[in-house]
Amino acid sequence: MNTQTTKYAFEASLPVMFGYVPLGMAFGVLFQDLGYGWYFATMMGIFVFAGAAQFMAVGLLAAHAGLLEVAVSTLVLNSRHMFFGLSLLTRYHAVGLKKFYLIFGLTDETYSLITASHPPPGEDEQNYYFYLTALNHFYWVVGCTLGALLGASVEFDSRGMDFALTALFMVLLIEQWKKIKNPTPFIIAFGCAVGAMWFFPDKMLLVAIALSTAILFGLKPVVDKNK
Amino acid sequence: MNDNIYLLSIIAVMTVATFATRAFPFVALKGKGGHPLMDYIGRYMPPAVMTILVLYSMKNVDIFNAPFGANEFIALGITTAVHLWKENSLLSIFSATAFYMAALQYGLFA
Repeated sequence: MNTQTTKYAFEASLPVMFGYVPLGMAFGVLFQDLGYGWYFATMMGIFVFAGAAQFMAVGLLAAHAGLLEVAVSTLVLNSRHMFFGLSLLTRYHAVGLKKFYLIFGLTDETYSLITASHPPPGEDEQNYYFYLTALNHFYWVVGCTLGALLGASVEFDSRGMDFALTALFMVLLIEQWKKIKNPTPFIIAFGCAVGAMWFFPDKMLLVAIALSTAILFGLKPVVDKNK
Repeated sequence: MNDNIYLLSIIAVMTVATFATRAFPFVALKGKGGHPLMDYIGRYMPPAVMTILVLYSMKNVDIFNAPFGANEFIALGITTAVHLWKENSLLSIFSATAFYMAALQYGLFA
């Protein structure tokens, strides 16, 4: 364990803590309403580690949905993650269990941090990615557990705290802008996002990400020229 | 079916399905890291995804009725301004979040 890299990863991950703990708690509170033991919420946080899918699961569990239905809904909801991996093929060159874990923990927020931030000079970036993933995972599990344990008795008014994730995406967007200095990918994504929000509000993320990826591939000669 | 066994099978199915979506490109395109096309997408997809995530996390904001998303837009403006000014991510995020929580809970623009 490298303290310098850990410290960097911890600082970079703090905004995610302020997003994941209240969101995980919101999930835990809903989950314990189903009547299952709190430790099952912890288990879901540990093994599933997917925010939107876990919220969806609460509804499916309440309706006593079948396994196949749950499998298909999870695949559809999380299919955007396929595009994340596509852009990390070069970046993730760790091997073995470490790579397995990096892929397992690839949430929206982890992806955002990993593609925008860097470890301190001279430190191993694969280790840095590993710590970032593990810290985010930890925050999520803590949130899920606390929510399920405390249930509806939570007194603290955390409304609005999850804006930390919106602000994090905004900051990382600015960082990407400084790094890329080419408006094309931003304009493509903006158009796709607005279009997807209008025509496919329920599938906005997937449609917007898939469409921008396709357009980016198609416009490679143009984008490369503007470098 | 016993309720706990039902829940455990649901968790197992979700774990496998979620991991499958995350692992798919790494398995399907094994050994393609470093390919110019993958480097290209690795460079230009993060800015696109970040743009989409910002808009996605704002998707429940009602811009057609009062207060027209004022809380959210001011908070985003604070993040941007503080970040361009101080270049300190934590400061940019916390100042905007603090403002947003206060605005929401005390009904600044309700």
